[in-house]
Amino acid sequence: MRALMVLWRREVALAWAGGGGPLLACGFFLCLTVLVPLAAGGDPAGLKPVAGGIAWLALAVSSILSLERLFERDLEDGALDLITLGPVPLELVVLTKAKAQYLAVGVPLAITAPVAAVTLGLPPALAPLIALSALIGALGFALTGALGAALALSARRGGLLIAVVVLPLFIPPVVFGAGALERAANGLSPLPALALLAAYVLFAAVVTPFAGAAAIRNAQG
Amino acid sequence: MITVSALTVSRGERVLFRDLSFHIASGEAVALTGANGAGKTSLLRTLAGFIRPDAGAVAFADSEPAEARVRHIHWMGHLDGLKTGRRAREELAFQAEWCGATADGIAAAVDVLALEPLLDLEVRKLSAGQRRRLAFARLIAAPRPIWLLDEPFAPLDARWRAALGLLMQAHLDKGGGIIAAVHDPLPLPARTLDIGVGR
Repeated sequence: MRALMVLWRREVALAWAGGGGPLLACGFFLCLTVLVPLAAGGDPAGLKPVAGGIAWLALAVSSILSLERLFERDLEDGALDLITLGPVPLELVVLTKAKAQYLAVGVPLAITAPVAAVTLGLPPALAPLIALSALIGALGFALTGALGAALALSARRGGLLIAVVVLPLFIPPVVFGAGALERAANGLSPLPALALLAAYVLFAAVVTPFAGAAAIRNAQG
Repeated sequence: MITVSALTVSRGERVLFRDLSFHIASGEAVALTGANGAGKTSLLRTLAGFIRPDAGAVAFADSEPAEARVRHIHWMGHLDGLKTGRRAREELAFQAEWCGATADGIAAAVDVLALEPLLDLEVRKLSAGQRRRLAFARLIAAPRPIWLLDEPFAPLDARWRAALGLLMQAHLDKGGGIIAAVHDPLPLPARTLDIGVGR
């Protein structure tokens, strides 16, 4: 338990401090949401129906930015070997790193999301729902993102590869998250879509530690 | 402490060594020698459990290999595992506490390795030799019986080579074991295990 706290403190410190922290992710997220209306020709009414979808897409892409930091740097500087010989199973290490990624990138993005979505033309009344769904979805992004980062390890310098591996895995939460917003905008209950989003997160929480640890062991060998 | 029996390890198509068997007793140091590319690092990584051998087994004392590795092995590869953007104090605390060190253990390691003046510096500002001493601190702070060292002396000056030699001797005197991949002789009595010429 103590060892897990030691790792948790390090991961949070690394995630917040170095490049790829919350500021970068949130800045990138806001840039994307500013660019879309400009690219669409500056017609706010035309963007309204797709505002939720665009916000979720931007959320997904922004979540990928700092994934390379998660395992690749530890592999390159030898820290991953040290971590592997620690008292905590590698599966729990993967889960801890994913949680730190969520706290450092996912939560700040979820807080920024309502601002961005309302800017895109979503009704301000939906802001709490955006924040809630983004908080759930960002946990899914952190978990499957960690899995993608671990899978890309054996390719070495797999920064771009991570995006290609991870983006398809991000399709379900984007669909469910944007679906929740669309249902709420049409006066329907967003709960079914939120439940599916939560189910995706649970699924990722079960699969990521084991598959991620296996991928790391493979990359170390 | 370690019994290696009929170990065969290959990397890709190439067999590095076949049917390698040896035993390392408590209080014994082994200098692992061989040409560049002979497989010294691969053998150490196999002992540490990072590489799965094609055949053969590695046994530690009397426990199961997987759990034994965590309790028995200190690994120091040619990379120090230090984050350049963090302060030496933070990295030392992480590495040592992760290996199970107490505050007293860390303080003792800082003292023995004369790390105090370096602790508030960022790791990026330390020389390669200073980084090696910082990484070595976890071996002193959190006692584990088997040290697997890959080129431990490479970045160190003569003074610290001698000092680390004394620390390694003290570890052996306490019943520990050391396997070190080296090109130059170890500064302490050691058996030599030569694994070949490489290709």
